[in-house]
Amino acid sequence: MDTNKNLYTILYATGMVVIVAVVLAFASSLLKERQQRNVEIERKQMILRSVHLAADANTVEDKDSYIEQEYAKFITDSSITEGERQLTLYICKIENGERFYVIPLHGVGLWGPVWGYISLKGDFNSVYGATFDHKSETPGLGAEITTTEFSGQFENKRIFDEKGDYVSVQVVKGGAKEGNYHQVDAISGGTITSKAVEDMLFKNIREYMNFFSENLKAAQERALEKARALEQEQEIINNRENLVR
Amino acid sequence: MSNKKIFIEPLFRNNPVTVLVLGICSALAVTVKLEPALVMALSVTVVTGFSSMIVSLIRNTIPNRIRIIVQLVVVAMLVILVDQLLKAYAYEVSKQLSVFVGLIITNCIIMGRIEAFALANKPIPSLIDGLANGLGYGIILVVVAFFRELLGSGTVMGIQVIPNAIYIKNGGFYENNGLMILPPMALILVGLFIWVQRSITKELIEKK
Repeated sequence: MDTNKNLYTILYATGMVVIVAVVLAFASSLLKERQQRNVEIERKQMILRSVHLAADANTVEDKDSYIEQEYAKFITDSSITEGERQLTLYICKIENGERFYVIPLHGVGLWGPVWGYISLKGDFNSVYGATFDHKSETPGLGAEITTTEFSGQFENKRIFDEKGDYVSVQVVKGGAKEGNYHQVDAISGGTITSKAVEDMLFKNIREYMNFFSENLKAAQERALEKARALEQEQEIINNRENLVR
Repeated sequence: MSNKKIFIEPLFRNNPVTVLVLGICSALAVTVKLEPALVMALSVTVVTGFSSMIVSLIRNTIPNRIRIIVQLVVVAMLVILVDQLLKAYAYEVSKQLSVFVGLIITNCIIMGRIEAFALANKPIPSLIDGLANGLGYGIILVVVAFFRELLGSGTVMGIQVIPNAIYIKNGGFYENNGLMILPPMALILVGLFIWVQRSITKELIEKK
């Protein structure tokens, strides 16, 4: 058969493309469910990790259902309305009743998107934990933002300075200053990704400012009310004691 | 050539990276850590093996004028399949390899072996040739990654090997070599391997 004829070439190319398309479409639809489940499990694991839960997930036999279970136990999906927008917020309530607020982060890395979760303590200032991930940062360089060595640095950092101004947390090339509450070390060889994380933190946390101040006010009021209630109770007791005397 | 010889040759004597100097780009990119290097080596081996075999199976039907395109489509299909499988069954690793899985398509070893071998040989020898070249590439990748991870991060497969106590920050004298993490160092390491290999196998040295 003459394989150099135009018609043959065109038919061959068409046939090849159709066959390959069918194979790929079939593989994709077959694997899609599992892939999506992987992504979902990973999202939940990241949220849990940002509040220091399910850290032992990788040693558990059935990791997927363990994560689902822990997530359902501790995390509530929530959202707040900011103008016309809905901002996602995850609220984590641990056994002793303490609450942490997990903020999802989205940013732009060197090669593709970077994202993560940062959890704040009830004072809306101290960082409780953080996790980061990325689509396609360079392995060994920018991709190191996923390591606990990097994300662990964010613990106990503060996003407001002493004057109460919003400063977020800076990722500093060449190393953070010892004892600085607003700086962490950047990754050597991964400066652009490190800066992307810094940028992402600054922009994403800023969105929640109104929520923070409202809740802080509410929390303060609650505390005041509690104090007042205590005072009143004390007064009643005192009065009674007086009466008895 | 016997099948055994086809398999042995590319591993050392005719190694695609150190002798043919193919596939250098990805050898630089994914060798910072050992684990992604291993998966990359495995993926490339699978893709070179099966693409060589498939092309060899259809070699007599391929129209000559669109030969390269047909080869690329076969390779691209296999790479996408590998990528999808990794995403479904080895999600963590697939994230580490990220873009490089897709870039297997551009790995010169694959096209090189198809052009040089699979188009002129039967499917089984082609499969063996492809697998062996993938492995030859993988050996270099793993060795380079081992040294880069050990000297650059002090770990092997993510486990700390160099004792923490001897680091400067813990009062010792040792510091990880930051240069090892950067791509140029991989090139220098590959260069060193070529040097070692040439001093062992003298026939590789070009005559003046």
